[in-house]
Amino acid sequence: MIRDITIGQYYPAKSVLHRLDPRVKLVATVLYLISLFLFKNISGYIVVTIFLVTVIRLSKVPFKYIMRGMKPILMILMITLLFNLFLTRDGDIIFRIWKLSITEGGLRNAVFMAMRLLYLIAGSSLMTFTTTPNELTDGIESLLKPLNKVHVPVHEIAMMMSIALRFIPILLEETDKIMKAQIARGADLESGNMLEKAKAMVPILVPLFVSAFRRANDLAMAMEARCYRGGEGRTKMNPLKYHSRDYAAYLFMIAYIIVVVCVGRFVPIHIWVF
Amino acid sequence: MGKMVQTDDLIFEYAKCDEEGNVTGSYRAIDKVNLDIEQGQFIAILGHNGSGKSTLAKHMNAILLPTGGTMWVGGRDTKDPNELWNVRQSAGMVFQNPDNQIIGTVVEEDVGFGLENLGVPTADIWKRVEESLKAVGMIEYRHHSPNKLSGGQKQRVAIAGVIAMRPKCIVLDEPTAMLDPNGRKEVLRTVQELRKQENITVILITHYMEEVIDADKVFVMDHGHVVMEGTPKEVFSQVDTLKSYRLDVPQVTILADELRKRGLDIPAGILRKEELVKAICQLK
Repeated sequence: MIRDITIGQYYPAKSVLHRLDPRVKLVATVLYLISLFLFKNISGYIVVTIFLVTVIRLSKVPFKYIMRGMKPILMILMITLLFNLFLTRDGDIIFRIWKLSITEGGLRNAVFMAMRLLYLIAGSSLMTFTTTPNELTDGIESLLKPLNKVHVPVHEIAMMMSIALRFIPILLEETDKIMKAQIARGADLESGNMLEKAKAMVPILVPLFVSAFRRANDLAMAMEARCYRGGEGRTKMNPLKYHSRDYAAYLFMIAYIIVVVCVGRFVPIHIWVF
Repeated sequence: MGKMVQTDDLIFEYAKCDEEGNVTGSYRAIDKVNLDIEQGQFIAILGHNGSGKSTLAKHMNAILLPTGGTMWVGGRDTKDPNELWNVRQSAGMVFQNPDNQIIGTVVEEDVGFGLENLGVPTADIWKRVEESLKAVGMIEYRHHSPNKLSGGQKQRVAIAGVIAMRPKCIVLDEPTAMLDPNGRKEVLRTVQELRKQENITVILITHYMEEVIDADKVFVMDHGHVVMEGTPKEVFSQVDTLKSYRLDVPQVTILADELRKRGLDIPAGILRKEELVKAICQLK
């Protein structure tokens, strides 16, 4: 189950999206995330859905693969859904059981919020699927470079992020192994109430932390042994260079934002409560 | 041929601390070691756990600096801060755990990591990455994620990452300890081929005796001292001494030794099955 988490993993394929400059993808992702909050109308969602489906198609990442990455956030999604559903008081009451009631606005908020969350995750994980962590780091580093002037250690932050991403699958595998090892030794991870279950996690987390620190130590040594000394004087294997497709992508994003805002604001489609 | 690694009364001490962090004493991991390694040699350093062999290896790359004595790598004093990066470039290091030394998420990015650090121009990086991946026979995996490779393949990628930096010497710190027999053979074969092709000094640290029979010189370490040194034949002929340092002597060598003790006329220091067969066939 733990291996199903696909957020932050690279999916190797040869697509336009994979070839795009990471800076473009980063900026585009940020724009896309903002765009999700620029409309309150069902027409906006239609535009975003079309956009997302097109981009996923272009990326050649299987749809199933992206869906698998959603599983871990199901819980958060459900909570958001329920809270919005029952706690929003807006408009006529559609449905009532005991003291709980669902209003028109509540249903609208709940569905829209859930969709927004799903689209947020889908969009941002699509970026990590199509960008190797090293490219991502390069992109972040280059976009944040101006901050270097105010003594923000941009290179170091970027390096830390890329290493963290590389170790996600390794640490997950390790968690799996430790869980199995503890179960084999009679640890009970399944039964009991929330508190007992949380307590049962301790024998998993402690060895995991110990091993993570050990790994960090080894890795730091391996990096130093290969002459790593921070960002100064470092050349790049893949220096970032804009190509015509990158400019095209920027234009495409601008066009998308304009369409979303215009359609979301000025094309009022109403279906039932939405 | 020049000297690749040389030490003069090398000492390394760990400070022992109590729970409050006060220094209560010190532990000598390396105690007055004198080594002399020529350029182009294949050197093996043997020793059981805690014998100081890994600590010694880390000195060759200036990850650890001697607390006493001196170590020269390629004629450079590792304690000289101005030479630090030259030392690290000339003595590449491969570690035990393949997962903990791969930094890149794609094989070729990882091989290029060291070159990026050295400030090599981009076009050269690609050329050298390709060369080194070919040299270790991993070129067809260049676009793969290291997580999906076997242990032996990961170690070969790590070796490629080191040789891309064009070192004069590779220090392999128990590179096969976490691998299965196939992976072990794979890695050792790669190292041997590299040594023949590129004339790189290889320093192999291990506790598998089978891996060192091709070495030019073997050092055996125990409690921070070099207790035996010589050709594999010389070292392995002293089976009982090796056993007293808690080292497993290859089965063939033990068998030959036992046979000799029972009065058969078999020469000492037999390392390979074929040699033993030959020796036995010549008995009258």
